[in-house]
Amino acid sequence: MWIYEKSLQHPVKVTCPDVSFAKLVVTQYGGPDGELGASLRYLNQRYSMPTNKAIALLTDIGTEELAHMEMIAALVYKLTEGASPKDYEAAGWGGHYVQHNHGLFWTDANGVPWSAQYIACLGDPIADLTEDMAAEQKARVTYEHLIEMTNDPCVKDMLRFLWQREVVHFQRFGECLNDIQEHMGKKNMWCGCTVEK
Amino acid sequence: MNCEKQMSMLRKIQEIQFVAVELNLYLDTHPCDADAINDFNCAVQILEKRKKAYQDEFGPLLNFGFGGYSKEPWQWVESPWPWEI
Repeated sequence: MWIYEKSLQHPVKVTCPDVSFAKLVVTQYGGPDGELGASLRYLNQRYSMPTNKAIALLTDIGTEELAHMEMIAALVYKLTEGASPKDYEAAGWGGHYVQHNHGLFWTDANGVPWSAQYIACLGDPIADLTEDMAAEQKARVTYEHLIEMTNDPCVKDMLRFLWQREVVHFQRFGECLNDIQEHMGKKNMWCGCTVEK
Repeated sequence: MNCEKQMSMLRKIQEIQFVAVELNLYLDTHPCDADAINDFNCAVQILEKRKKAYQDEFGPLLNFGFGGYSKEPWQWVESPWPWEI
């Protein structure tokens, strides 16, 4: 079960609305390395993990990613607050206005809708945790590109917060991968035979 | 509207909750670190205190009964929502 807390994990502020940047940052809402994909990836991979530590970590990071998705949603909301159809058109995001008005939608920066193809679950803890580590690195780089694309110090601040969470998650997944390899090594699952304990 | 006080109390909750999140993830991969467990428990104690003070004044922070009691009328439906702050 999940409980909703009526608070963001970290404050989201903007100096002034900026539809052009909303069009870009929406990729962290519904793009290939965005927060929706991240949360669903981890929460879905829990069921085939062999250790309690891995199950706990995927549950907790998956939950934190939902909070990050909410922060990005809040950012897009604020960047488009009060924007007119002409503002959307000027930002090259007229298509979004036509289809969604001020509503949010899960797309990347090029308007491509979110797809389950962005995430994987092989049911193999080594493959899945390695995918998770790569996902954190891809999200980190995307945040770096986004930070370069805005001059708003408030927006930079919250993007830096999300950027450093990717670094921490990568670290924790790495520790988890080491632990799983040790766990699997004991059972000698590599060569398919049982060895003396 | 006591908005300034509400925002400052919420900020203090966010701060200590971040400490709890960080320690929680760290402990997931270091479950035998007694010092970190102690730090986590201390953070939880402060978090509980701050949440109670906030909720007593501004209503539930969490839905489905996890955020304590409501005054009349039903406080959960009151603004501001997180993205409006």
